Parts: sequence; C-alpha cells; structure tokens
Amino acid sequence: MSLIEQFDAPRPPSRDKKPTNRPDPMTPIDELADVYADVPDKHFRYCPGCGLGMAQSALMRAFHRLDLDITQVATAGGSGCYSIMAHYFKSGHVHGSHGRGCAVATGIKMARPELKVLTLQGDGDLLAIGGNHFIHAARRNIDITVICFNNFGFGDTGGQFAPTTPLNSVTETSQQGMPEPAFDACKLAIGAGASFVARTTVAHPVHMTRVLAEAIDWKGFAFVEILQHCHVLWGRRNGMPEAIDMMNFYRDESAFNTPQVPEEERFGTPVYSEDGEQKVNFILGVLHKEERPEFTEEYAKLRAKATADAESRAGA
Amino acid sequence: MTRRLLFGNEAFCEGLIAAGVRFYAGYPITPATEVAEAMSRRMPEIGGTYVQMEDELSSVSAIMGASGAGVKSATASAGPGMALLQNELGQAIVAEVPAVLVNVQRAGPGIGNATQSGQMEVMQARYGPNGECPAVAIAPSTVEEAFWLSVKAVNLSERLRTVVIVLGEGLLGLQRAVVDLPNYDEIEQEERPRPTVAPNDFRGIYTTDDPAGIPPMADFGSGYKSVINTVGIQPIGGGDGSVRGQDLTDQDFTIRRLHQKILSRKDEITFTDPYMLDDAEIVYIAFGTQALSARVAAEEARAAGIKAGVLRLITIWPFPDEAVRAACERARAVIVPEMNLGQARMLITNALAGTGVLVEGINHVDSTFITPDEILAKTEEVRTCH
Repeated sequence: MSLIEQFDAPRPPSRDKKPTNRPDPMTPIDELADVYADVPDKHFRYCPGCGLGMAQSALMRAFHRLDLDITQVATAGGSGCYSIMAHYFKSGHVHGSHGRGCAVATGIKMARPELKVLTLQGDGDLLAIGGNHFIHAARRNIDITVICFNNFGFGDTGGQFAPTTPLNSVTETSQQGMPEPAFDACKLAIGAGASFVARTTVAHPVHMTRVLAEAIDWKGFAFVEILQHCHVLWGRRNGMPEAIDMMNFYRDESAFNTPQVPEEERFGTPVYSEDGEQKVNFILGVLHKEERPEFTEEYAKLRAKATADAESRAGA
Repeated sequence: MTRRLLFGNEAFCEGLIAAGVRFYAGYPITPATEVAEAMSRRMPEIGGTYVQMEDELSSVSAIMGASGAGVKSATASAGPGMALLQNELGQAIVAEVPAVLVNVQRAGPGIGNATQSGQMEVMQARYGPNGECPAVAIAPSTVEEAFWLSVKAVNLSERLRTVVIVLGEGLLGLQRAVVDLPNYDEIEQEERPRPTVAPNDFRGIYTTDDPAGIPPMADFGSGYKSVINTVGIQPIGGGDGSVRGQDLTDQDFTIRRLHQKILSRKDEITFTDPYMLDDAEIVYIAFGTQALSARVAAEEARAAGIKAGVLRLITIWPFPDEAVRAACERARAVIVPEMNLGQARMLITNALAGTGVLVEGINHVDSTFITPDEILAKTEEVRTCH
C-alpha cells in the first residue's frame, strides 16, 4: 500500500480511543489525530508548507499532555486563514463574525464555566477588528485561552498588512513599505490585564506544545502568540520565499526570555539577557504570569449571594 | 399571579425570564438601557448570567456563544446600536442560533434623538444584515403585550432556530403600566431540536435535505461535536466528508432553506389582531403603540356611522400579507398610521397590489403620538375623495 493509499484508507471512528501514554513528542501524530482531529476527507486546506498545520499538531499534543476530553472543549473564531483549523477538531466551535472570537468565547465560558474555551484567531482578526474584544476579555481575566496565529498580515484576503506587520516590510497594501509601527501583541495583553502571556514560534515545536499546554491549563485569561510563517504572502515579498527561510528567520531572530527553557526546546536559539548585546526581534517564552481573581468564579460568588438574598426576601 | 407596576423595558425582561432566558449580554443605549439594568439585577438572582459587553456587536457574539452552550440568551439595543450589530445578527441568523434581540426603537437616523421614540426600523429588521438574511420580528403595543410577546419570541427562536427580533419602541419601553404577571412555572417553554442519534453518528455540522428543514443542534459539552457556522455557504471542510461551499447548488439550497424554514411555517408564526373588520370599508392598519390610536379612531368612526375597522399587525416579519388582503376584502381605503415615513405602508401597498384599494399613510417623524383625531380627519379626506 502506497503512502497516499494509506492516508486515504478509511479509518474506524475512534472518538473514545485514548492514545497510549508515551512521552509527548514521541506519540505519532496520527494517533492523536484519531482522538482530537476531525478531517474525514483527509483534505487540509492549508497552503503547502503553512505553519498552521504545525500549530495544530502542537495543540493536539498539548491536549494530549493535559489529557483533555475533546468533547468538553469549545473554540471560537472569526475570519481568516486560521478559521478552518477549528473545523479540524472534534471540539465544539462557533464561527462568529470577523474579530469577535473573544466575545463569543466570553459567552460560552459564562454560560458553561466547566468547559475549556479557546479562541483560535489570526493577528489581523484579533488585533485589528477584534482588538476591543481582546483587551476587554483580558481585563475581565475570564478563563479562556486566546491563541493568536501571527503571520504578519491578512492571509485570507491575500496578504495585506495587519497591526503586526513589521515596519517597512512589503505587503499588498504596503507596496512601498509598511509605514506604520507594529503592535507587540504580548505587551498589549499584559497592559490590558491578561494573567498569562507567552510567545512562541512554529520553529520551536516542543516549546510551542509546552507553552500551549501551560496556557490551556491556566486559570484566568491566557494569551499565546504563535509566530506562524506565511511564506506564500509575506515571505515571498520580503526575501523569504520558502517555508524553511521563514523558520530560519524565526530561529535566528528570536531569543528565550529565561534560561529555564531547556536546551532541547530552544533549537539553538539563545537566551535573552537585558544587558546583553543581542539584537533580536522576538522574545519567546512565558512573558507574564500573575494570579488574579478569575471572572466566572467571581461571578459565581455574586450569583450565589444574589440568589440567597432573593430567597430570603421571598421567605420574609 | 402577581400584580406589578412595570416599565415596558422591565416587561421585556420578565417575559424573557419567564420563557427561560438565563443569559443576557448587553451594552447601555437609550432607550433600551433599562432592559440591561433590570437584567443585571434579575439574572444573578435567578441563577442566570448578565455580562456587560464592550459594544453591541460583542453582545450578539456573546449570546451566540452562550446559546451554542445550550443556554437561552437575549440582548437588547436601539438606534445606532442596532445598526452596529447587524453584522453579528446576520451571522447568528445564518448560523441558526436561537436568541432574542429586543429593539427599543428610538427616533432618527445616525445617532438620532436618543430620548425620543420611533417606528423607523421596520425595514431594518428584515433588510439590515447583508446577503438575503431571513427575519422574524414581532411588535408589541402595550406593556402587558411586551411581556407576552417576549415569551413568544423566545419560544419561536427555539422552535425555528433563529434570532427573533422584538420591535419595541421608546414610547413602550419607558411607559409604566400595571401588569398581571402569571406564575412563571406555568408558562410553556419550547426547546430547540436536539440530536436524537448517538454522538458518533452526529457529524457536528448540521445538514438537512429538507428544503424547509430545521436541523438539530447539540449543546457544547454534551458529548456531541457542534459547529455553529454558515454551513453550506462558507467554503469549509464539511463534517460530512465533503468540501462544502464550493458547490454553488449548496449555497442556493441553504439560502433558500433559511427562508423556507420560516415561510413554510408562516401560519404558526403570523399573528394579527383584527377588530371590527367584518364589514369594514375603511381599514386602519397599524402596529406597536400607534395601533392604540387606530382602535380609538375606529370606535369613534363607528359611532359616527362610518364602517371602520382595525387590523393590528403583531408579526411584522414575515409580513402577514394574506391577513392584510383578507382584512381589506370589503375595504375602499386603508389608512396606515406609523411613526416613520411609510415603511409598513409600502409593504401593505405591495400586499394589496391589483385590488384597487386606496392606501394612505399618516406619518410622524417628530416622535409625537398620532392621535385618533388625525386618523379621523384622514378618514374624512379619504371618504370625500372617493
């Protein structure tokens, strides 16, 4: 049987099947896909070489690491290249309108706090049209995990600049060079009150898995920025036409914020030091952690008090 | 039964609560603010949730999420807030999310006149969202009816899996009246169709081959995969194994189905209130608060020997054109008093096309009530010109 035939061969439904408990990076992705993914026609609609597939693998490994029941996960998203990813999971999903992922997730989590709620969003979706919902969800410290796939632009519409596009880079709507400074999404999240903020890249898959698992497990608003290459739209116009060029770019231009990140997760990436001479564009790792009261728990207290007061009034 | 003095805006809340709404997301906007205020007090005390969102479009997004999680949800807005949320409203309708949206209409375009009332969003309720979006909208006339139609709206939204708009008015929302509230336990609550097959056999993306079908919907966390999306229109990898949406027959089928699921049930969702119509030669057709004037005018006209009657429209969308035609069988003229420049009149003229019935309007956009005297004066005018 050829590889393609094997890939196309029908597989039995295996919703209840648990993967064997092998160490994370060793579990074949097929086994995890049987448990967490839902791609019946085996047709991924990512561009060849897209970083979204790697991010999806890391998410599945993170689910596996946390031993999550996928039926107790709900995701929210809007419009963008990434939005197809949610359909490739067995979790529940709301496809809201463009940018509203955090608002939809707030609704799901407030209605059913026992669910794990994630938003899968792009950088344009989350930080341009959805910026308001992002900062307010962070301010509430509601227990959702916001995952931003940052590919430096709007991919779904064909490569226009987004608030994250690096200064001077060429895109379809900055053909003379991007004139605006970019957002640092992590700084924005910290400023808005997110209690867990991390950055990782698809060039560091082991680190990406670990950070995603930690973020999903975090009680409170967790934000993970994944630098996910788009060599087709951004890379091609900025001297990095192949996926591997952009992977190298992420590896060379980033450093970890702490020596605690183990050697094998760094892939040769140095550790950042404030007083050092390194010039890097991206600081990776968990950038902020702060225990704060979580919104659904605080609201449950308010609700319990209001219910008790109403009952005592009715009894009086 | 309890007798209460309620604002119209409070009556909306109580109706929603009585019908089982346990999630409310809102944003302050005059004259709908009291709905949010009352909900912020009432929701937690009955075990529900009130969230104040950052704008109207996030309110509708939040109720999409909460309704997907299986909790009956609602929001309210007005004026520019209603304009802002059209994007999300369309998405919620096309993704077939049961929810209720109360529009306490203010006056004027743009920011308009926040503290004044109007009936200017008849057309917006149907044509507000982009891309041929179906609509269900009902308009109460009194505070008591604001309660009962809110109950009805929740039940219809669940039955039809769609967003139902309650077309309130500032005049109604900020009016106080004594209402006899029933015991909420006695109120019939409808539920959305839920899957009846085993979780492994439910593909998450709901599909149906019935051209007027309402597909089942699973709650998040119930063990079923549930995807809330514009299935059949949005090109996505379909849960049924195909790459959907590239096929334009799917798009055609889905858009028509979304309309047909409502239109094919028009009999059960179209409500009107006929009054003295059996032999009416002059028919007043009105809705909302202005129907009260029409009723008084008809009684006074009868006292003066004029055969007048009233058709009060309760359901605005889908538009009850059969009821309009039936009411006007013996009519020589129709008078439509409304607080806009003739939105319902346009629909009525359309419904009566070819019948030769004269359709005249009385239109206020200064937010003042149309008085029975004005309607009677118009009646005289219509009678003499015939």
